[in-house]
Amino acid sequence: MNLFIKGRTFTRNALPIALLSILAFAALPANAMQIQEITSKKGIKAWLVEDHTRPIVSLQFAFQGGAAQDPAEKPGVTTFVCGMMDEGAGDLTSEAFQQRLEDLAAKMNFSPSYDHVAGSFQMLSKNRDESLKLLKAALISPHFDAPDAERIRQQLLANLKVEEKDPDKVASHEWFKLAFGAHPYGKPVGGTQDSVSHITPDDLHRYVKRIFARDNVKVAVVGDIDPASLSEVLDSVFGELPEKSDRMPVSNVSWQDGAKQKILQMPNPQSVAQFGFKGLLRKDPDFIPGFILNYVIGGGGFSSKLMQEVREKRGLAYSVYTYLYPLEHTGIFAGGVATENKEVGHSLDVIKSELERAASDGLTEQELKAAKDYLIGSYALRFDTSVKIAGQLLAIQLDNLGIGYIEKRNSEIEAITAADIKRVAKRLLDPKNLIVIVVGEPEGVKEVGL
Amino acid sequence: MVRKPMPRMHVVRTRPAFYGFKQVTPLKLLGALLMVLALTPLTNTSAETPKQGTIAFHGKLDNGLEVVVVPDRRAPVVTHMVWYRAGGADEPQGKSGIAHFLEHLMFKGTDTIPAGEFSKIVARLGGQDNAFTAQDITAYFQRVAKEKLPDVMRMEADRMANLRLEDKDVTTERKVIIEERRSRVDNDPGSLLQEQMMAALYTAHPYHTPVIGWEPEMRGLMRADALTFYKKFYAPNNAILVVTGDVEPEQVMALAKDTYGKVNANPEVGGPRRRPVEPAPLAEKRVLLRDGRVGKATIERYYLTPSFSTAEQGEAEALQILGHIVGNSNTSRMYNKLVRDEKKASSASAYYSGLGLDSGRFGFYAIAAGDVKLEDIEASLDAVIKDVIDNGVTAEELERAKTTEIANLIYSSDSQQSLAHTYGWNLATGRSVADVEARQERLAAVTKESVQAVAAKYLDRKRSVTGYLIPVPSQLAKVEVKPGSNAGTFH
Repeated sequence: MNLFIKGRTFTRNALPIALLSILAFAALPANAMQIQEITSKKGIKAWLVEDHTRPIVSLQFAFQGGAAQDPAEKPGVTTFVCGMMDEGAGDLTSEAFQQRLEDLAAKMNFSPSYDHVAGSFQMLSKNRDESLKLLKAALISPHFDAPDAERIRQQLLANLKVEEKDPDKVASHEWFKLAFGAHPYGKPVGGTQDSVSHITPDDLHRYVKRIFARDNVKVAVVGDIDPASLSEVLDSVFGELPEKSDRMPVSNVSWQDGAKQKILQMPNPQSVAQFGFKGLLRKDPDFIPGFILNYVIGGGGFSSKLMQEVREKRGLAYSVYTYLYPLEHTGIFAGGVATENKEVGHSLDVIKSELERAASDGLTEQELKAAKDYLIGSYALRFDTSVKIAGQLLAIQLDNLGIGYIEKRNSEIEAITAADIKRVAKRLLDPKNLIVIVVGEPEGVKEVGL
Repeated sequence: MVRKPMPRMHVVRTRPAFYGFKQVTPLKLLGALLMVLALTPLTNTSAETPKQGTIAFHGKLDNGLEVVVVPDRRAPVVTHMVWYRAGGADEPQGKSGIAHFLEHLMFKGTDTIPAGEFSKIVARLGGQDNAFTAQDITAYFQRVAKEKLPDVMRMEADRMANLRLEDKDVTTERKVIIEERRSRVDNDPGSLLQEQMMAALYTAHPYHTPVIGWEPEMRGLMRADALTFYKKFYAPNNAILVVTGDVEPEQVMALAKDTYGKVNANPEVGGPRRRPVEPAPLAEKRVLLRDGRVGKATIERYYLTPSFSTAEQGEAEALQILGHIVGNSNTSRMYNKLVRDEKKASSASAYYSGLGLDSGRFGFYAIAAGDVKLEDIEASLDAVIKDVIDNGVTAEELERAKTTEIANLIYSSDSQQSLAHTYGWNLATGRSVADVEARQERLAAVTKESVQAVAAKYLDRKRSVTGYLIPVPSQLAKVEVKPGSNAGTFH
């Protein structure tokens, strides 16, 4: 044995780590991880996990609102705002602001979705206060100067041009349009060539005034910071935002009955299909059984039924998957497949028959057990970096699941029975109302219900 | 529903995972896309070894398997990876894609694991698994709770020696890799252009050939081809085991001895990796791809450079800093000139890709604003290059670049996956643990003079390929390649 152990003695006795095994669902996902709820003097709340082993701090936050709050005639405002957040603020021009971020080695990113504007801010602990001044300036006094807005507009328009030829993007946009029509979820988050061309700096300022506020912000922090310092940080970064946001009411989605299938021609050797139907809200009591069902059908990588049937047995595709997408005002059960043009009909038939089988039979005890083993055993994998922990803490707050959720989540999964699954499968899986978009030159499919 | 673009060097077995519930529309999409294409896995996933924290343990078994362990005890989970010193560039003539095809087939079965069960067993253990292939490496990994580490080590060691392949599994999986090629390359004119540009950049060296394979050759890949590649390269003395996470080095060494330690070494493998030598570049090349599926006219340029493995002391780090200053961010020279000042491009950037065993490259990328001609953009790009060669970089630019690149090392030390990736990649491409741990110091040593010197030495048109992606109304892709003549020998 040729060992090079730095300053350590190797003994066989150190071996049996298998003996340390503990019941998976009782294990906390991170060693000694403790979530503290911090409330600042001005009443801003954040969830904190202290980790002083790395000289970094991850701050993640989200304002409830998102692209569903874009003015009806101007989809894309949220995306435009996100693209402008580092384009000058306070007393710094666009270039000076970005150089200052680099000098401090801080990383700032804003991302839009239908229901939120999410912000991510990573900093070195030694530069913490200086870095956070930039974040505060961006939130409180962004410039949105016309020349910078024009430059970002050109970038957004170029992105949209590229997306028009990207089969995945086209399929996704068309799916949301077909499923949701005039509802805000039917409009692309990034807007259109026409809408983005007409968004003005005033639109951006108005949006920020309405949406960036203290009553709709959730904050999660992980890293090298103590509770007292965080409390001050919260007041200094978020404390000067308006107390209340001004959000328009958004109606819940009403789904129409009937299957729909739409084909968009694109001269590619492979077609991209995206499919889906009504899913579940996160607060729906059936969400956890739905989550398990999705894992078994198409959410579980190589173990999933669709992967087995479409890829492993038949070699029809490299990629086939499903997911549950709970939004604020509806839920979606959706999936996708990319397959050679002449096999599109065949692939979709295989997928539909798997959905039908699961709708009528639910899952076997064995399938349910395997799903629980994975979902419970792998939960800790979501908590192995500061950024991932902060992301989890933020998502749990946005979903309103409570600070104790992490500890009880695995027992909620454990408690689900095959009977629960069967009932929820009947309710959730709805191949008769499947909405399908195919982009490519597909064979063996035709348009339905348009 | 957004499929994330993958780094070009990698071919991964699965589609990128859909991680969450939130639909994220990428901001500054093209910028983000470029970052992914541009970021070398080193800067993407590089590990820092802060003095108080991660110091890698490095050992070796009697059968030649190298073992690297980096403890990170913050979560009770581990990342377990095996890296083989074999990839696309090690394939026999006419068998392009076989390294990656074998990687898929490694999930089929062994004497003790029935066909198709490997990933299901890992999932039952609460684990996630996948694998990826690049020009110089093939890597397999599982992420599991720490108490499941012995199980996955047993399974990975088992398939190092006991793979069993049925003809019918091979036939089905061949269809899968051809679908994978369609998804990654044939459906995307931008990928097609890059494939053609790499083929033009390398005349004799196998980096010429895409890891996924040329389609006609992929169609001819057989079970015997996969097994030949497997027997030639998959052995403990051609592999590196990397475990990061909540473990002790002693535990990993003991487990490794009990599992991988039982696999026989292959005396035929493990020596220097000799590949066809690239002759000295003599003529600049241009590749024009006209395709009806192009959304926006785009220009790319590649220059042949050394890599971290081949460079003279300090040159690779100087190229990394050069890449940062010229094109890494929206304060870079490319962005400032082409986007902010001249408004010719909607995005513009540059990068150094230095992770190859035998060679690296320096790249530029810009997307046309409005209907600006690519020739106009190219003139500005050439002006950026000429300026840095003639006048060098400023002290301020140098400091800013170093600050960011060094901080990136610290940020990536937050992730046990990144740590495993960094150590595995470096050790599998001829670098040492000491090289990985010296990165901060070596970046700090870069000077204005060294940055200007590498710019002058390597940003030479003779070493370059320029690619145009041109939108046309026609639906048919047409590729014109104008190769330069090549003669002489490479150093």
